[in-house]
Amino acid sequence: MQKFLRDLTVSEVSFPHKRYVLIKLTDTQPLPPMLPGQFVEVKVEGSPSTFLRRPISINYVDTAANQLWLLIAMVGAGTRTLGTLKAGDHLNLLFPLGNGFSPMQQQGETVLLVGGGVGVAPLLQYGKVLKQQGAQPIFLLGSRTAEDLLQLDLFQAIAPVYTTTEDGSAGEKGFVTQHSILSTMHFDRISCCGPKPMMVSVARYAKQTNTPCEVSLENMMACGLGACLCCVEKTVKGNVCVCTEGPVFNINDLTWEI
Amino acid sequence: MADIHVNLAGISLKNPVMTASGTFGYGTEFADLVNLSDIGAIIVKGTTLHPRQGNDYPRMAETASGMLNCVGLQNKGVDYFCTHIYPQIKDLDTRVLVNVSGSAPEDYAECAARINALDAIPAIELNISCPNVKQGGMAFGVTVEGAQSVVKAVRKTYHKPIIVKLSPNVTNIADIARAVEAAGADAVSCINTLMGMAIDIERRRPVLSIATGGLSGPCIKPVALRCVWQVAQAVSIPVVGLGGISTATDAIEFLLTGATAIQIGTANFLDPAVSVKVAQGISHWLDQHGCRSVQEIIGQLES
Ligand SMILES: Cc1cc2nc3c(=O)[nH]c(=O)nc-3n(C[C@H](O)[C@H](O)[C@H](O)COP(=O)(O)OP(=O)(O)OC[C@H]3O[C@@H](n4cnc5c(N)ncnc54)[C@H](O)[C@@H]3O)c2cc1C
Ligand SMILES: Cc1cc2nc3c(=O)[nH]c(=O)nc-3n(C[C@H](O)[C@H](O)[C@H](O)COP(=O)(O)O)c2cc1C
Ligand code: FES
Repeated sequence: MQKFLRDLTVSEVSFPHKRYVLIKLTDTQPLPPMLPGQFVEVKVEGSPSTFLRRPISINYVDTAANQLWLLIAMVGAGTRTLGTLKAGDHLNLLFPLGNGFSPMQQQGETVLLVGGGVGVAPLLQYGKVLKQQGAQPIFLLGSRTAEDLLQLDLFQAIAPVYTTTEDGSAGEKGFVTQHSILSTMHFDRISCCGPKPMMVSVARYAKQTNTPCEVSLENMMACGLGACLCCVEKTVKGNVCVCTEGPVFNINDLTWEI
Repeated sequence: MADIHVNLAGISLKNPVMTASGTFGYGTEFADLVNLSDIGAIIVKGTTLHPRQGNDYPRMAETASGMLNCVGLQNKGVDYFCTHIYPQIKDLDTRVLVNVSGSAPEDYAECAARINALDAIPAIELNISCPNVKQGGMAFGVTVEGAQSVVKAVRKTYHKPIIVKLSPNVTNIADIARAVEAAGADAVSCINTLMGMAIDIERRRPVLSIATGGLSGPCIKPVALRCVWQVAQAVSIPVVGLGGISTATDAIEFLLTGATAIQIGTANFLDPAVSVKVAQGISHWLDQHGCRSVQEIIGQLES
């Protein structure tokens, strides 16, 4: 897919919760085609300690409004600086990068989309696209507390949503892999994005139940283009770049202990 | 418009801006984002005789105004390069040079011999200065004998220009430069990365998988300039300057200090089109200063 380096305009900034920022970007020309699960590398201006670009998933593409959304957890200097952007500011993006999630495999298939924390970000766009293609996505979203469950209304507008929280303040109490739907429902396949320990548990569940499963990795990146070889993951094919051959991998290709 | 073409050890370049090995892939990765034919030369990834998996992840740490890496020369080997990659890049309308690495002089020589057969590769750059491999690499570049042993071995099997890439991790870089010139190098490039380290205080561990890595980016520019200055005075072969260049001003500093051409590394990660912007910036600066050619500024530092 053709990649672009463009200055997009910030059209809206909101804070779903104090540690997260949702940035809606627009462009004077039509946004290029992007696949769910792909990501952008943003240039952070005004943070002296942030030298490299920051990889952020494509959260949502609003084609009618020509808008691209980024949902960001403010964890360090770079992401906190992104949280200070205002409508009208510009953000330089290198995009779209990476392979993205698998498209629908067969009409009507049920796909469980498991997200943890800010890992829910790419699942919104993916769920929307799967639904449009004719699949039946089901969301299983986990977080620490009810406040960290992001964009719930938007997820619910697409497909059924099940949730877990670690403190029990919303949905079932515990981790996503403890949710009751995992023992009561059947899924044709699973896609997952979130903290690594969560993805490992989901991969374990998928392996036990013989369900095809893909996970989206968040290795540290420098170039995002397959040039620096800094972002590698050990796979059955050797070290491969997460930024070009990922971020989405089938769990059978990884060397995780599951 | 000033003439910005340069002649580097017999290879003519459209402009003095090259992309540094390991930071620009094989060029094709950047083709959507920059017009490759506007770059003076592309130096492709470090290539070794046999395939190498490189070091474990994490291989990168961000630092103040730079980064550390310990990639460790991951590549699919010279034969894969010749059969799979060369066909894709041989017709690019720029110069493509291969960066060669190894763990013994014979490996370098054999790797270079196979590249010698490739018509569209006008020269090689010998990496005797990689800090990220246990055996070889920088070990050669830090002693006069080691550096000479590699250059002499390669000189026997490779019949086009050889650029030797020097390590800044030495007591006297001018000694190494003179040694490789005597051994038959046609040019030197300097500098490779500076050996460094980063610590994760929560885990009480080094960030990088092999503890140390090579520092690059704007933070190393002063060291790089000093090295180019010392080397340019020590040898009569051309010097290629690199280390922390991200603007035309940076590039002109190196040219004035004695570099015939320059390379851009880490800055490609921040702006994939930076090399072309630097080339344009040099041209613009020359015009503004009434220079008819880039030759008028190379090595023209006032004393
Ligand atoms: C393909 C991909 C997609 C991503 N999508 C999103 C997204 O949609 N929303 C979002 O909020 N974040 C996303 N991330 C993670 C995001 O890139 C990091 O959180 C960000 O780079 C941290 O930058 P910082 O300067 O704020 O933090 P830093 O000061 O660099 O680091 C602060 C803390 O964050 C950790 N951290 C740094 N980089 C990463 C990383 N790449 N992954 C995980 N932890 C990291 C550090 O270890 C440190 O503990 C994604 C990462 C990748 C690789
Ligand atoms: C990720 C990365 C990989 C590199 N790989 C190589 C390599 O394979 N061979 C080599 O000679 N130099 C390699 N280098 C060093 C660069 O070519 C260059 O010498 C160094 O980064 C200094 O220039 P800069 O500050 O412009 O990046 C690498 C640098 C980086 C950052
Ligand atoms: S981030 Fe540079 S190769 Fe993936």
